[in-house]
Amino acid sequence: MLEVNVARRTPAVAPMKAASHVRVEPIGPEGRLSFRAKESALAGQSEVAGFRVDGAMNSRTVSGDRAALRLGPDEWLFTCPAADLEEVAEAISTTMDNRAFSLVDVSHRDVSFLVEGEHADFVINAGAPIDLSLRSFPVGAATRTILAKSDIVLTRLAEDSFKVTCWRSFATYVHGFLVEAAKDFA
Amino acid sequence: MLLIRCPYCGERPEVEFHCGGEAHIARPETPTETSDADWAGFLYYRTNPRGVHAERWVHNHGCGRWFNALRDTVSDRFVTTYEMGTPRPEAGSDVTRA
Amino acid sequence: MNQPFRLAAGGRVDRSRPLTVTFNGRKLSGYRGDTIASMLLASGSHLAGRSFKYHRPRGILSHGSDEPSALLSVDWRADRGPGYRDPNNRATVVEAREGLVAKTQNHWPSLETDVGAVNDLLSPIFVAGFYYKTFMWPRKFWDKVYEPVIRRAAGLGEAPEVPDSDRYANRHAHCDVLVVGAGPAGLSAALAASADGSKRVILADEGFELGGSLLNDATSTIEGKPAMAWVEETLAALDARENVVVLPRTTVFGYYNHNHVAMVERVADHRDAAPESLARERLWQVRAGEVILAAGSHERPLVFENNDRPGIMLADSVRAFINRYAVLPGKEIVVATSGASAYRAALDAKAAGMGVTLVDIRLEQDCGAELADARAAGITVKTGHTVIKSLGTKRVTGLVVAPLGNGGQIGDKTTLACDCVGMSGGWTPSVHLFSQSRGKLAFDAELDAFLPGQSAQAERSAGACHGVYDLAAVIADGAKAGGGSVTVEATPSYTGFQPVRVLPTDADPSRVKAFIDFQNDVTAKDIKLAVREGFQSIEHVKRYTTTGMATDQGKTSNMNALGLVAGTLGRELPAVGTTTFRPPYTPVTFGALVGPARDDLFDPVRKTAIDPWAEKNGAVFEPVGLWRRARYFPKDGEDMRAAVARETKAVRTSVGIFDASTLGKIEIVGPDAAEFMNRIYTNAWTKLKPGRCRYGLMLREDGFVYDDGVVARLAEDRFHVTTTTGGAPRVLAHMEDYLQTEWPDLDVFLTSITEQWAVIALQGPNARKLLEPFVTDVDFSDDVFPHMSVTSGFVCGVPCRLFRVSFTGEQGFEINVPADYAESVWKTLYEAGQKYDIVPYGTETMHVLRCEVGFIIVGQETDGTATPDDLGLSGLVSKVKPDFVGKRSLTRPDMVASGRKQLVGLLTKNSDEVLDEGAQIVDDPAQPIPMKMLGHVTSSYASSNCGRSIAMAMLADGRSRIGETVWVTTPQGFTEATISNAVFYDVKGETADA
Repeated sequence: MLEVNVARRTPAVAPMKAASHVRVEPIGPEGRLSFRAKESALAGQSEVAGFRVDGAMNSRTVSGDRAALRLGPDEWLFTCPAADLEEVAEAISTTMDNRAFSLVDVSHRDVSFLVEGEHADFVINAGAPIDLSLRSFPVGAATRTILAKSDIVLTRLAEDSFKVTCWRSFATYVHGFLVEAAKDFA
Repeated sequence: MLLIRCPYCGERPEVEFHCGGEAHIARPETPTETSDADWAGFLYYRTNPRGVHAERWVHNHGCGRWFNALRDTVSDRFVTTYEMGTPRPEAGSDVTRA
Repeated sequence: MNQPFRLAAGGRVDRSRPLTVTFNGRKLSGYRGDTIASMLLASGSHLAGRSFKYHRPRGILSHGSDEPSALLSVDWRADRGPGYRDPNNRATVVEAREGLVAKTQNHWPSLETDVGAVNDLLSPIFVAGFYYKTFMWPRKFWDKVYEPVIRRAAGLGEAPEVPDSDRYANRHAHCDVLVVGAGPAGLSAALAASADGSKRVILADEGFELGGSLLNDATSTIEGKPAMAWVEETLAALDARENVVVLPRTTVFGYYNHNHVAMVERVADHRDAAPESLARERLWQVRAGEVILAAGSHERPLVFENNDRPGIMLADSVRAFINRYAVLPGKEIVVATSGASAYRAALDAKAAGMGVTLVDIRLEQDCGAELADARAAGITVKTGHTVIKSLGTKRVTGLVVAPLGNGGQIGDKTTLACDCVGMSGGWTPSVHLFSQSRGKLAFDAELDAFLPGQSAQAERSAGACHGVYDLAAVIADGAKAGGGSVTVEATPSYTGFQPVRVLPTDADPSRVKAFIDFQNDVTAKDIKLAVREGFQSIEHVKRYTTTGMATDQGKTSNMNALGLVAGTLGRELPAVGTTTFRPPYTPVTFGALVGPARDDLFDPVRKTAIDPWAEKNGAVFEPVGLWRRARYFPKDGEDMRAAVARETKAVRTSVGIFDASTLGKIEIVGPDAAEFMNRIYTNAWTKLKPGRCRYGLMLREDGFVYDDGVVARLAEDRFHVTTTTGGAPRVLAHMEDYLQTEWPDLDVFLTSITEQWAVIALQGPNARKLLEPFVTDVDFSDDVFPHMSVTSGFVCGVPCRLFRVSFTGEQGFEINVPADYAESVWKTLYEAGQKYDIVPYGTETMHVLRCEVGFIIVGQETDGTATPDDLGLSGLVSKVKPDFVGKRSLTRPDMVASGRKQLVGLLTKNSDEVLDEGAQIVDDPAQPIPMKMLGHVTSSYASSNCGRSIAMAMLADGRSRIGETVWVTTPQGFTEATISNAVFYDVKGETADA
């Protein structure tokens, strides 16, 4: 094999600065796994290889540097440091051995942004039609929804801090949309 | 824009959903033994009622789940939503015709 | 300076902040808190526009958003350059700001001298239904006369000529209670609804000051204090509550399903120093638990001859200009009324120093306390009088009135000299939003009004829009709607009026212009004519006469029109009904509706990981759905045909590199994966070994081809499915639908991996030689890794899924790498490929190559009505599987009948001629029209490898007609072509169906 120097390049766009106190920043690579299993296969267990699977629908449960986003009744998005991906995938497969499940690496499929600062919720609501009041979408909530013309996975990390994840080919659009919306809070 | 109660996610705006037409149209168990007329009925014939209608919806920009809904086609009011595979609820006969 | 009609003191304008605006080139002076209308009146002028049809001089009718006449073109930021002007702004609601440039509309050459006014003299031809009657004949007049001339003369205002330079924002919001309108009812409702702090309340009002009708009220008291003191206290209380959002300058314009409400907030237009980044307007899309409508009411004009002269306005507007803006609308006013409320205007005008005469159509005994109050103030009141007509041209100079006898006969006429008229024909509750919510209106004869009846949504009306007019009652009604209860002491309001449609007159009705709808120049006689000509439905009358259309949507004219139609038909008003109220309530800019969805944010442009390289290397792109894909890579000024000829040649002689990343990819995992595949695809999958690929065909339940693609079995329980680029989302949705709704018992899961894996295709005889050195862990020998197989390994040190597949007929590989690494891997292969003269190629070359070897593209050869057999793909349909989606439909009678269109090739007689895709095919070009069309061309290219043009077509019974001649339409006529097999190039290498 030839020795090749391979560079990793996310589509997370050239930095765009908006004169705004709401920051919109791309988040670097991370390990992302789509995990699917029916309730019967999980047999009541609360975690799989360090990922909590007993969280409520549309919530994010964090254990250490691993997070499990429950996006559907039988669907989770697991995130972990990029370097841990292989090890994590193997651990999950070992734990789930002999049971029906699906584990698919989507680390390169998705790109994430951090939207942070006072009125970050308004910036998201420029394109997302869901209720982001703390009552309806508390810290720790996570769901798939829409941002204008793109699907996103939205997570509330703190009252004024959100993580927006989209497919990589939508990243330029989503980034541009958020930066544009943030201009309202210059 | 309608507000639709996904049985898994709660109330969400219509743009997150897609309607899949009339519900409770059972695919024949053994299509090859179905007559041409019955198969055509399964493929193409729907009731299109004025009033309460059982419909399939999918929360495709949310949890991705299909579910059924009873919706009044006159008022657009959702009587109820319920999980796939459960029978059509009795509710709905009391819906006011607008 | 030049504000002769400004009162020395009073009003709500801020005299410490003087300003000037430009109005038709001259300067108007005023203050913060003024509108352009109040500034114009302060200057002593009423002339604010020309009417739509007759070009009659028009003044200012009202003081709010219901203004039909005073429409202005406003350049909001003339200092910033073009792109900040829009038409049809109502002068009565344009908040004055230093530097605004406003122009009146509908006149040439000037407002004072308008040649279009000749229409007023020609009015006998501009009767009701003018458009319908005129445009019917003669046909040839359409292009030469009607279209250019009438279209230029018609329409309101001028559309902006350059793109809008402003930015517009959008926000989705949620609340428990949305209160529409911040008058006494709305304020009271908001106060009650927010009292316990548990509900999120939004209070929106279209005005730039909150208070609604109380802004115009200098005399009423609430709890012993001036009404505006109550407003200020209430607003302070609301501001102090964290659960309340108060939005001035925010018009609720649409009420949709499930309490979804659209509003537009004017963010920047009123600001002196607005940063350019500030959005001009913001569209709010609010989902409210409950909506409280406190939208107030509209005063009705009186209908008499020449009731549209400048200087004639609504009585309550007289009050507004005097009390709120400290502007006298004239020196000598006649207040003409059919009800009590206008007496307040008369009293306020008197108190402000105007000469006042009151003319009331009601008889002495039908009047209330207002009559004595007016007389006590020294106002002459003529009860039992009608208005015959007004005098004057560009400004009213007098009003001719006459007493009405017992039998309705007209008595001796008197002319009352005046420079201003305040008229009041009663009140119409603003039920627009209620009606938009699909609530049922109910007619109240006592109030002569349609009121909110049965609700269709979680909504309540309060105050004047609910038919409640007395101030104390309005406040109580608001509190009740807000879920509370309050009783206040307030000055009793003058309420009650006598409905009157057209004032009695002795003039010949057919010669009188008494306007019902000022904006559309619809007169009482137009409405009567429409009824006479057989229009009985109010919806038809509206369309025929245009009454109630355009920017004001008939806010002032609606009830007069309905009443007149009912009277002419001899029916009760409720039997006539009302027209449908549609959004928007007031005009909304396109900018607000579009929001940020323009330019780069109009649509997502999906780009692959390799796109930056393609751009740097001169690719010409084409959109494929939302994707942008490299179409070809021209060298040295090549056109597409030359570039494609070079690229296609290179692939067949050496090697080409192609970005196939946009192909849809789905990972299908689970113990039942093979069973699921068996049911979804026409092919059989059980026997496909891990490590092997198969071309899969998918049908809809109706038997027509839905999608196709190469499917790889990675493991017993894991498939990597590819779909067409455009089909990716719908194929996944189709699969999920069956999985969840028909076969929920199957243990299988679907995950989209389209964007996880970027795909680099290497195609051509040198593909393997180029690739092999970069790959580890893969044995390339033909028996281990033959055509149509898949393996995992590493390319350039990056994990990959390596497919040996071909969409060109040549030896080929599709290298799937995690997308972040794709550009790097591509560059490495491209550089190494230089020794093979590697050529990057795009979608156009890909299309030609696949056509040469007879591969179809679903969506190009197919149109949703092609069966596998139509496409010559019967071999892909399993005969043994008991069932799969679409199987049963394949034996329906129409699916096996003769005459179906089948895929064939077409070879033009002139081998250079490239047919048009979509061109129709006939047997005999000499046959009479309409010809019998036998099919159409689906794909057509110049093929350098074949040395001629090639085409695919779907042709009736095509396969049995090979060798025969048909004729194909071209822009020049017909051209001859021979039917052939749909394979044009004989490859010696790989074959797809191995």
